[in-house]
Amino acid sequence: MNGPDPVWLRGLTRPRSRRAVLRTAGLSAAGLALAACGIPGQGHQAASEAEMARFWRKQKRHGHVRFANWPLYIDVGAKKNDHPTLDAFTKETGITVSYDEVIQDDADWFGKVRPQLAAGSDIGYDLQVITNGIQMAQFIALGFLVPLDHSRMPNYRRNIGSAYRDPAYDKGARFTAPWASGMTGIAYNPKYVTKPPTRIADLWNPAYKGKIGMMSDVQELGNFGMLLDGVAPEKSTEKDWRKAADVLKKQRDSGIVRKYYGNDYIKPLTNGDIWITMAWSGDIFQQNVSEGTDLRFLIPQEGGNLWTDNMTIPKTAQNPLDALMLIDYYYRPLPAARLAEYVNYVSPVPAAKAVIEQDIAKASGADKKTLQQVAGSPLVFPGDAEYAKLHNYRTLNKTELTTYQSVFQPIVAG
Amino acid sequence: MNRIRARLTPYLLILPGGLWLTIFFAIPMLYMLSVSLMTGNVIDGFRLTFHFPTYAQALGLYHDQLIRSLVYGLIATALCIAIAYPMAYWIAFRGGSRKSTYLFLILLPFFVSFVLRTISWQFFLSDNGIVLGPLKSIHLLPENFSVLATAPAVIGGLTYNFLPFMVLPIYVALERVDHSLVEASYDLYAGRIQAFLRVVLPLSLPGVFAGVLITFVPASSDYVNASVLGGPENTMIGNVIQNQYFVASNYPVAAALSFILMAVLLLGIFAYARALGTEDVLEAAAG
Repeated sequence: MNGPDPVWLRGLTRPRSRRAVLRTAGLSAAGLALAACGIPGQGHQAASEAEMARFWRKQKRHGHVRFANWPLYIDVGAKKNDHPTLDAFTKETGITVSYDEVIQDDADWFGKVRPQLAAGSDIGYDLQVITNGIQMAQFIALGFLVPLDHSRMPNYRRNIGSAYRDPAYDKGARFTAPWASGMTGIAYNPKYVTKPPTRIADLWNPAYKGKIGMMSDVQELGNFGMLLDGVAPEKSTEKDWRKAADVLKKQRDSGIVRKYYGNDYIKPLTNGDIWITMAWSGDIFQQNVSEGTDLRFLIPQEGGNLWTDNMTIPKTAQNPLDALMLIDYYYRPLPAARLAEYVNYVSPVPAAKAVIEQDIAKASGADKKTLQQVAGSPLVFPGDAEYAKLHNYRTLNKTELTTYQSVFQPIVAG
Repeated sequence: MNRIRARLTPYLLILPGGLWLTIFFAIPMLYMLSVSLMTGNVIDGFRLTFHFPTYAQALGLYHDQLIRSLVYGLIATALCIAIAYPMAYWIAFRGGSRKSTYLFLILLPFFVSFVLRTISWQFFLSDNGIVLGPLKSIHLLPENFSVLATAPAVIGGLTYNFLPFMVLPIYVALERVDHSLVEASYDLYAGRIQAFLRVVLPLSLPGVFAGVLITFVPASSDYVNASVLGGPENTMIGNVIQNQYFVASNYPVAAALSFILMAVLLLGIFAYARALGTEDVLEAAAG
């Protein structure tokens, strides 16, 4: 609710006899409270071009930006808290960055910041990375994001890949700027799994009862159910969702699924709590590089998911101009390449590949091998063969959103 | 003047308690009730439409989790009594001058955050961790054996986490037992077992009652243990409510489930109080 309701205040401030107040206090307050309550909707029209221009003209640089991102999603230097690309940005612009790995799951994050954004208060961050799923649609529909002023983003205009200029989830890329794209496929631990999985159907194999990990994100999960049924998720209908939900429910009820994971499936996969799991491509690569594990990742025969994580500025940001400059900075080929080399996800900046190739020429030994792996990896630079197998999330409208969630949520939460 | 004051006194006396209850119980409760009767979605907003079918829908979808929570809560509470009673008895009657040291030792682990302790259980009990790993490598356990993601893991976690809430009230009740009463029973030819069953146990029941209240209620609405130690078949109602509120943004269903849970718990407690007699309840509350 936005502040006390006027009805409430009028009721409370009108003079009355003490006895009347005592007599009616309980019931009438209850009645008033009930009548006055309601949770107002926040949906609104997108800001016009003129409004946006006015907003950005007012902004000044404050020399600081607060960045909320996912774990293991940026380059790391000699020390764990060193992030060379951010340090270079600070050195060049004088803008300091406080970088927090606070986002584990889109839905949890949305649940956490929604009340603050609805109340118009600061969420503590000027820049957040969110996936192009249900929650991003809600962030946009609720007017929680600041439209990005492309006229102030020269590197973005010059270097962003053509596939990202007009994404289906954000027409004209008004609110979002891709941080990285990636794939959802299957990962397994060869220590426990002797016959490598190749298909989504392998996640339903009763031989791995209690050792299969699935994702708690309803779009990731739903897509895998649909792909198993041979349905392309982008064109799916409610009937397909229900059918996929049945298949997923059967998998759950027969005890095959150990747990529905957010970003926390890597540790159980490493230590053998789960043997095969739905996974994100870059996570597995980074885990292998940083801890010397030998986990494997593959895009299943039936297909996998393709998603894009986006930098967005929440409407209550305290330093939007600094945040916008940081976004634009990551569209230079050099920091984009450093990021791709480290996180092993798909860079939205095609020019990054040339930088990585230069780095390979300069590097030697183990570094060279890792970089060659990155440059040659179909997971970082997917070819047509990969793209043919990958599917986007279905872009859901307002009513579909509710239906979709009510179909798949009970599987995860039940 | 005096008459007015005399009339007002009772109201003034209940004012602090009344205000407390109004602000922290009645208003939130009414608000929750009104939310549970709203319809809408997070984008267009929710409006109060007195939509009672939400309750039927919530119960229809999640009655398994509700029953499971009550069962887990009951088992954990029973286990807590079984473990806590001997502990409290021993400290109260055999603790001697070190009573407070023993109590402190029981409480010591609980100075660490409850979530952290639960996560370290997850680490201990992992399928190839420091407990199960060696047992598997000498083939005492089959390769696919696991403790995590099972009901015993969740119930064990609940028992562990709520144990001190049972130990302390039972200890307080046992501590107050007058030793001369026990001696008197021996004079009347009671054996040790008789003396315990007919003197000590009845006198300590208010402590057990208080312990049951403050263990069963939070244990059956807990969601940390189920989410850290449990699997998809161990989801408790707390997890569903958390999920409906924060993940699905379905506030009416979350509120309806909270309300149902609270109603069930209150009914259970009243039935329990009736069975034990109300004086014990008051005594327990005072103690």
